[in-house]
Amino acid sequence: MKRLWSRLSVLLLFTMPLLLTGCGERYFVLNSAGPVARVERNLIYTSIALTLIVVIPVIVLMFYIIHRFRDKPGNDAPYEPQWSENKTLEIVWWGIPIVIIGILGTLTVRDTFRLVRPPANVTGKPLTVQVTSLNWKWLFQYPEQNIATVNYCAIPTNRPVRFILTSNAPMNSFWVPQLGGQEYTMPGMAMRLWLQADHPGKYFGSGANFSGRGYAHMKFNVVAKPEGGFQQWVNQVKSSAPALTVSGYHDLTKDSVMKETAYSSFPPGSFERIVRQEGGMYMKHKLTEATD
Amino acid sequence: MPVDIKNFLTHFFVTGYPLIYGADASIILATVAILFVLTYFKKWKWLWTEWLTTVDHKKIGIMYLIAALLMMFRGGVDAILMRTQLMLPNMHFLGPQHYNEIFTTHGTLMILFVAMPFIFALFNIVVPLQIGARDVAFPYLNAISFWLFFFAALLLNLSFVIGGSPDAGWSSYPPLAGAEFDKGPGENYYLLSLQITGIGSMATGINFLVTILKMRAPGLTLMRLPLFTWSVVGACILIIVSFPALTAALALLLIDRVAGAHFFTMLAGGMPMMYVNLFWIWGHPEVYIVVLPAFGVFSEVVATFSKKRIFGYTSMVASIMVITVISYFVWVHHFFTMGAGPGVNSFFALATMAIAIPTGVKVFNWLFTMYRGRIRITAPMLWTLGFIPNFAIGGATGVLLAVAPADYQYHNSYFLIAHFHQVLIGGTIYGMLAGMYYWWPKMFGHRLSEGLAKHAFWWFNLGFYICFMPQYALGLMGMTRRIYTYPKGLGWGPYNFIATVGAYMMAIGFVLIVANVVYSAFYGERDTTGDIWDARTLEWSLPSPAPHYNFAVIPHVDRRDAWWVMKQERKEGKTTLDLQQEPIRPIHMPNNSGRPFILGVCFFTVGFGFAFSWYALVVLGFLAVAVLLLVRSFEYEDSHYIPVEEIKETEAAYGRL
Ligand code: HEM
Ligand SMILES: [Cu+2]
Ligand SMILES: [Cu+2]
Repeated sequence: MKRLWSRLSVLLLFTMPLLLTGCGERYFVLNSAGPVARVERNLIYTSIALTLIVVIPVIVLMFYIIHRFRDKPGNDAPYEPQWSENKTLEIVWWGIPIVIIGILGTLTVRDTFRLVRPPANVTGKPLTVQVTSLNWKWLFQYPEQNIATVNYCAIPTNRPVRFILTSNAPMNSFWVPQLGGQEYTMPGMAMRLWLQADHPGKYFGSGANFSGRGYAHMKFNVVAKPEGGFQQWVNQVKSSAPALTVSGYHDLTKDSVMKETAYSSFPPGSFERIVRQEGGMYMKHKLTEATD
Repeated sequence: MPVDIKNFLTHFFVTGYPLIYGADASIILATVAILFVLTYFKKWKWLWTEWLTTVDHKKIGIMYLIAALLMMFRGGVDAILMRTQLMLPNMHFLGPQHYNEIFTTHGTLMILFVAMPFIFALFNIVVPLQIGARDVAFPYLNAISFWLFFFAALLLNLSFVIGGSPDAGWSSYPPLAGAEFDKGPGENYYLLSLQITGIGSMATGINFLVTILKMRAPGLTLMRLPLFTWSVVGACILIIVSFPALTAALALLLIDRVAGAHFFTMLAGGMPMMYVNLFWIWGHPEVYIVVLPAFGVFSEVVATFSKKRIFGYTSMVASIMVITVISYFVWVHHFFTMGAGPGVNSFFALATMAIAIPTGVKVFNWLFTMYRGRIRITAPMLWTLGFIPNFAIGGATGVLLAVAPADYQYHNSYFLIAHFHQVLIGGTIYGMLAGMYYWWPKMFGHRLSEGLAKHAFWWFNLGFYICFMPQYALGLMGMTRRIYTYPKGLGWGPYNFIATVGAYMMAIGFVLIVANVVYSAFYGERDTTGDIWDARTLEWSLPSPAPHYNFAVIPHVDRRDAWWVMKQERKEGKTTLDLQQEPIRPIHMPNNSGRPFILGVCFFTVGFGFAFSWYALVVLGFLAVAVLLLVRSFEYEDSHYIPVEEIKETEAAYGRL
């Protein structure tokens, strides 16, 4: 028993730092910077609390029982080899999980529906950013501003951003943990993901679904700027960056890993064309649903 | 011409990696060594008549077990290579392509060629003995299942030296796994080997369900069935209903790849999401197929080593059945983020969470089986006790993942990796190891060393936590799965380093397990009683190892834990349930056959032919299969009787007459 405890304490030693540093700023998922991520984070905390109601008693009970009913000489604990039914006890442990799952289920359904709508505290008109995952880079197109970027993306703070996602390569997943959860990018389909940032900052983003050799390098930053700063950035890109041409886009579709890049314009309707050409012609409703 | 040949050879054999040359060398050396030993000791005939042609379920079980351990070694080496690559940021130990191949093979091997054969090993070794049967329902089919699995495993393992390994992940989603992005034969190997082993698994599912439903000893009603056997019922039902989905998914993808169809190509009106659905309609039940038998093992082990009846038997049976049914309605939780509406996501989130309820009930019942018992902490019990906290945590993180909006954050991250390893290793593998230690004396007539077993357990168990707990944290820190390297400055380095240390510790644990097998073969305590643990179910009423006909006389059962009751009654001087009540009669047994083995070779040929699109081989293989089936259908004498004298002699040799 003593050895068991010493071993357990080693174990605790290893897990403690994980628990203690849980609020460190590198824990992107817990360190949410926008209303969407916050909904998810709160649900994460609630669900952890609810599951611990079962986990902790189970582990404590196990150690107690092993200790108490060990087969060793002189153990005077009761021994009842035939005792194998107890209705009340069984009702208790069918009942408690049912109640916990009932509560958790209700919260889950509420938030699942909540997250398909734009974030609650809408202050401005949503910004639309069209995202395409390519081998192995991210292309961001701003239809209203008519600019484009690769491997980084600027957004205004305190304004809901509607990301419309597709892929021109194998499936991927668009994930910016501090702003909210991920969504798949799939060729021929346009998906929608609402995100929003509270404060200016650089937010880590990455491709989350395996897409081949260069996949590990599909990381990008989402740079949130105050409304004015965002406009300034748009103007700067417009005036200083080169244009994305059709053949330039063609180069992007080749297998390669790229640095951050910006483009002052892109061929109009190119996102819709990507979706359509990759098979979207078979799924028209999907495209209009996501873009309207 | 020579250039052509050279070109062909460098494509046919994988070249360019020193690691693979090392593997080539060791494969050749091992093969030569095996051939030499067999020839030198004149064991070829023995190998053929005793093993390769056997239809005895106990021997087939042992072969499954050996194969599972070997594959676990291979999968473990893969794991160590990956963890070494991830130990520090920006490592250059493995390149991206190599890393992709390794994690794909690792995942595929562990689920299909470790977990599956391991559970089938226990099905074979235990079920007929536990239900008082002399064999499985279809012994010949059982041998076919084994050889299909075996040659499928060989096919997949061959890929890494011939042609190249698959590299699109164990779930192999198109379009990545389609012909456009993945040319090489690796992906074909994956599809073929899964397809072939899938046929075998399907047959095993049917075989054991029929065995349990039709071949129980008289009086052994369903509600008296030992819980391990009950869990096999659940697993078999799941196999039968879920494997067809895998078969369809693999077949369609193969047709896409080799015949240029477009089932899963958006560009031509196909639908990749259909593959993802089909894959997980099989894939989710699959994880329960491999964990239910582990639950069964724990139920047997806990009761035996607490010297007590299992607590809440009816609840246990009910929860197996509830899990069996619900686990078929949750597959969408593997792609909550693929754009299904909130209604669909809600339904699947709720169904998934619901699974935690019966699972939790089982945990409490195990705890209360120990409560007011007398707990002996032997090797099987140690793995069982190790499993409980593992599963409490792993089940809880499963519930966390099931919360759809939260899963938008966990999905595809290391949090998910930590969860499924905690339930697959801490559940299935712990369960299989517990079962292995528990039934080892029944298989081989001696037990495994307790001392070595304890060391192995602690290395493995501590290594497990050190390896996987940090991965929950890494997930929350934004680290995604399947990346071969990561940059500095995100703070992922230290946790990855710790995780790698843990992985090495688990490797030490595994080596100790294997060392124990070897050591105990020479020095292990011999089991002369047949009931070395003072256990409760019918298999322990037989000598160890059991004679090939199992029961000289089929026992009558009138209660749960039949063997325990018999022993109690004997102690009290009553022998209403004794074995030697009836006269011994000749026993009807199936004949050995070399055809299942040859059938495996034929399917291997078909698979190899498809992998390289050499259709002559495919046709040849299928023709041979057809011929074998034809020959079988004209076989009128496929069984024999063991005469009474022989049975009496055998029983007398065991001192039982
Ligand atoms: C309380 C029971 C469990 C619940 C509620 C649960 C829930 C989940 C959920 C929701 C996911 C998907 C997460 C994602 O992809 O983001 C998942 C993944 C997974 N689970 Fe579980 N799980 C449970 C038990 C198990 C068991 C018993 C096993 C195996 C023995 C298992 C093996 C896996 C595997 C292999 C994956 C990942 C598959 C992949 O994407 O490669 N789970 N689980
Ligand atoms: Cu889609
Ligand atoms: Cu699942």
